[in-house]
Amino acid sequence: MNFELTEEQKLIQQAARDLAEREALLDVIERDEKAEYPYKHVQRMKELGFFGMTVDPKYDGGGMDSLSYVLVLEELSKHDSSLAVILSVHNSLACWGLENFGNEYQKEKYLKPMARGEVIGAFLLSEPEAGSDATHQKTLAEDMGDHYLVNGIKNWITSASTAGYYILIAQTKPELKHKGINAFIVEKDTPGITIGPHENKMGMRSSDTHSVMFTNVKVPKENRIGEEGFGFKFAMKCLEVGRIGIAAQALGIAEGAYMRALKYAKERKAFGTEIANHQAIAFKLADMAVKIETAKLLVYKAATLKDLHQPFGLIGAMAKRYCADIAMEVTTDAVQIHGGYGYVKEYHVERLFREAKLTQIYEGTSEIQRIVISRSILNE
Amino acid sequence: MKILVCISNVPDTTTKIKFTSDGKQFDATGVQWIINPWDELALTRALELKETTGGLIENITVINVGTKDTEITIRKALSVGADHAVRIDAIPTDAYAVASEIAKYVETHPFDLILTGIESSDYNGNAVGGMLAELLNIPSVSSVSSIEINEGKLIITREIDGGKQILDVPTPLVAIVQKGIAKEPRIPSMRGIMAARTKVIEVVNPINVAPLTDYILFELPQPKGKCKMIPADQLDELIHVLHQEIKAI
Amino acid sequence: MNILVYLEHWDGKFKKSTFELVSYAAAIAKQFQSNVYGIVLGNAETNEIEQLSKYGLENIIHIQNDVFKVLDNQLFTDVISQTVEFVNAKCIIFAHNNTGKALASRLSAKLKAGLVSGVVALPESKSPFIIRKKLFTGKATAQVKVNTEKCVLTLSQNAYGVYENSVAINKINADIKINAELCKTNLKEVQKFTAKVLLTDAEIVVSGGRGLKGPENWHVIEELADVLGAATACTRPVSDEGWRPHHEHVGQTGKIVAPMLYFACGISGAIQHVAGISSSKYIIAINKDAEAPIFEAADYGIVGDVMQVLPELTKKIKEFKK
Repeated sequence: MNFELTEEQKLIQQAARDLAEREALLDVIERDEKAEYPYKHVQRMKELGFFGMTVDPKYDGGGMDSLSYVLVLEELSKHDSSLAVILSVHNSLACWGLENFGNEYQKEKYLKPMARGEVIGAFLLSEPEAGSDATHQKTLAEDMGDHYLVNGIKNWITSASTAGYYILIAQTKPELKHKGINAFIVEKDTPGITIGPHENKMGMRSSDTHSVMFTNVKVPKENRIGEEGFGFKFAMKCLEVGRIGIAAQALGIAEGAYMRALKYAKERKAFGTEIANHQAIAFKLADMAVKIETAKLLVYKAATLKDLHQPFGLIGAMAKRYCADIAMEVTTDAVQIHGGYGYVKEYHVERLFREAKLTQIYEGTSEIQRIVISRSILNE
Repeated sequence: MKILVCISNVPDTTTKIKFTSDGKQFDATGVQWIINPWDELALTRALELKETTGGLIENITVINVGTKDTEITIRKALSVGADHAVRIDAIPTDAYAVASEIAKYVETHPFDLILTGIESSDYNGNAVGGMLAELLNIPSVSSVSSIEINEGKLIITREIDGGKQILDVPTPLVAIVQKGIAKEPRIPSMRGIMAARTKVIEVVNPINVAPLTDYILFELPQPKGKCKMIPADQLDELIHVLHQEIKAI
Repeated sequence: MNILVYLEHWDGKFKKSTFELVSYAAAIAKQFQSNVYGIVLGNAETNEIEQLSKYGLENIIHIQNDVFKVLDNQLFTDVISQTVEFVNAKCIIFAHNNTGKALASRLSAKLKAGLVSGVVALPESKSPFIIRKKLFTGKATAQVKVNTEKCVLTLSQNAYGVYENSVAINKINADIKINAELCKTNLKEVQKFTAKVLLTDAEIVVSGGRGLKGPENWHVIEELADVLGAATACTRPVSDEGWRPHHEHVGQTGKIVAPMLYFACGISGAIQHVAGISSSKYIIAINKDAEAPIFEAADYGIVGDVMQVLPELTKKIKEFKK
C-alpha cells in the first residue's frame, strides 16, 4: 500500500490549489452573498482543462486518473465548493456517463465538446416528487417512432442555465416501472424547454440551480443512451461515480473549515493564552483532524479502486456517507471555535458550514448511502 | 533565440522557518517546496515572449542544480510550457558552486538569453546570476523589471533607486529579474501536464565545485516584545510615543 | 587584510546609507587592524568625497570617466577587481542594494572570493572569517564561514548604523586600466518615479493594505506620509490589484525595507509581508481587527478604522509640530 501521490498528481493538486487560493477565494464571499455565477473562474477551469479532465484523450479529454480529479475537487472545495459542484456534475455525471455508455456518434457529437470544456453538461434526474427515490420518474419520454416526445419537470438541476447539453432521465414505459426508464442527451436550446427561476439556496450559492420544464420537447431517437430501458441503470451507475466526487467535495469543505479553525485557535487569545492551549478547543481540533484523515483515506481508496477498475460502489458510498457527515460536524465545530467571528461572513466558516449541509443531501442523501451500504454488506 | 531559465527549489513562502536543534541545518520536515518565486516569474516572462514574438524564440530550457527530489518543480516548469529541462545532479551548496555547475553546462550548450531570479527566497544570496555571467564572461543586467523584444533586439528595463532605465544590451546576456517582470506565475493546465509527460529531464553529472562559503549556524530572531495597544480615541498617547521614544516628530 | 568599500553615488552625491557603509568598513578595519580604502567611479563631487572622512574613510580612489555614467556590471567589476589587487584588499564591501548586489556577485566569481550577502553585523572572527547574515527574508540569521582568503560582503541597510569618526582622507592615484570595450549597457531612456521620498532611503514608511478598500482612499496614507516626511508603500494584494505601482510593494517578493519607523495601516500581516518589514526599528500597526497577526509583529497597535484613525493622527501631528 502506497500513500504517496505521484509527481503528476501533486502538480494537479497544486494547480487546483493555486486556482482556488489565488483567484476563486478573492471574490467567493461576494459571489455567495449575491448568488452570482462564477463565470470568470469557470472560464479559468476550462483553460486549465479541469472540465473533461478524466475523459480519454481520444475524445479530447485530459486523460487524468480519478484520484487526480478527486484532488482537484478537494482543493477547490476548501475555498469554494460551488466551483466543485459545477465541475463534479459535468465530469462525474455527464462526461463519465456518456463516455461509458454512449455510442461513437454520441461521443463524437456531444462528449468531445464537453471534454474540451466548450460545452458544460448537466444531469437531470431529480423531480419535484422523485428525489432519492429515482424509480418513480414522472417525466415522460413517449416513443413517437422517429423521436421521443418529452413532457415533465426536473428539479434542483445544477448548471441548468449555463449547460449546453442535458443528460435527461425520463420514463418511456411507466408499466415497466424503473425498467421503462431511458436516458437521453438533450440540447438545451431544443424548443419546449423552459428554465425556471434561480433557486435561492442556503449554500453553494454561486452555482446555478434551477428547475427545468419540458413541454412537448422532441428528442431524436439517436440521442437515447444505451438500449431501451437502460436509463435507470445508467443513472445509478453515474451516481455511483458521482458519489466519489461529492465525497471529495465534502472532504475539502471539512479541510477548509479545519485549517481556518486551527489558524484561528493558534492566534486568538482568551484567559491569557491562545485558545488552542485550552483543552476544550485542542480536543475538538484533534477530533476534527482524525475525522478528516479518515475521510481522506476513504475517498482516495474509492478513487484508487475506480482507477484500478475494481468494484468501488460500496467504498464510494461509505466515502460519501462519511465525508458528508463529518463535513457537517467539522464545519459546526469550526464555527464554534471561531465564536462570534465564526458567525460572520468574513471568516468563511459559516459559508463552509452551509455548504457542508448540501453534501449530506444531494447525489444520494446520507440515509440513501446507508441503504446502499447495508444492502451491500448484508447480501455478501 | 534560445532562452535558459535557472530555477531553484525553495520552501513555500508561507513556511514557518525551523532549524534542527543544534542549529546546523534547516529543518525541512513538512516543508512544501516550490519554484523560487522570482525564477518562476522569469519563466513566465520567457513563455510570454515566446508566444508573442512569432517563432523568434526557438527554445526555452530550464536548468536546476539539485537532487532527484527537486524534479517535481522541474516537471511543473515543463508543464507550463518550458521545452526542455536540465537537472545537474548535485546538492546545491553555495551560490558559487551552483553558478559554476550551470556555467559548465552553458559552455557547451550556448544560450542567447539567460534568466535568473534576483534572489532565492531561502538563502537570499542575490548571487547566482551575477556569478554565472562573470564565469561566462558575458554582460549581466540586474534588477530587471521588464524584457521586451523589438525587431529581434532586447529592450531591458532596469530598476534603479528612484526610477528606471531602459537599456539596450546585446546578447548573450544574463538578465537578473525581479518583481514586475511578469504579473502572475502560470498554473499548469491538464494539457500542459500531459504534454510534459513526453518531455525528458536531462540529468547531467556535476563537476563538484567546492563551495566558497559554508553555513555553520542558523538562528531564529528573538521573539518581539508584546505589542502595546493604544486606544483609538487616545491618539495623544501615540503622539507622545512618536516624539519621546521613537523621535519621529 | 585591507578593506575596500565600493561607494555608489547618485548624480554625484552620497546618501546616509553610504555613510553607514563607510562606518561599517572603518569598524572592520579597526577590528582587524588594517586600512580602509574606498572606491568611487564616475563624477562624484569633491566636497561629497571629503565628507566621507567624517565616518572614518582613510583612503579614496576616485576614478573619473564618462564611461561610468551608466552602470555596466562587467566593466565596473573589472575596474573594482583591479583595485582590489592594487590595494591588496582582502575584504570587499558593497551596500546590499541593487547596484551592490549586482557587482558583489560578479566580483566574487571573478576573484573566487566567498560572498556573504546581507550581512548584519561585524565579523565574529577573522580566521576563519565568520560573519552573520540575514536569510529567509529576515525570518532567520546564520553564521557563514568564508573558505577563501578574500571575501565579498554586502551590508544590509540600517543593520549597523552611522558612526562619526573623523580622519584625514588620503587621495590615491591608482593605476587602473579602464577596458571601456567591456561596456555593453546602452542607456536609452531614464524614467524617474514621482515619489517625494524614496522607499529604500526612507526613515519612515507609511504603508497601506487591503483595509484601505480602494485606491480612492489612499489620500489618508499620503497625507500622513507628507506630514512625517515619509515614503509610501503597500502590500502585495494592493499592487496586484493595481491600486498602487509595484515598486511600492513591500514584502518577501517585493522590497525589503528597514526604516526606523514603519506604519502598517489596514494590513493584516501575512507572513510574507511581515518578512519584508521585520528589520524596521519600530512598527506601528493600525487595523480594525484586534486579532490581525500584524499586531504580533508591531511595537504599538491601534484597533480602529484606518479611514478615521489616520486623518485624526495626521491632524494631531500637524498640531504638535506647530
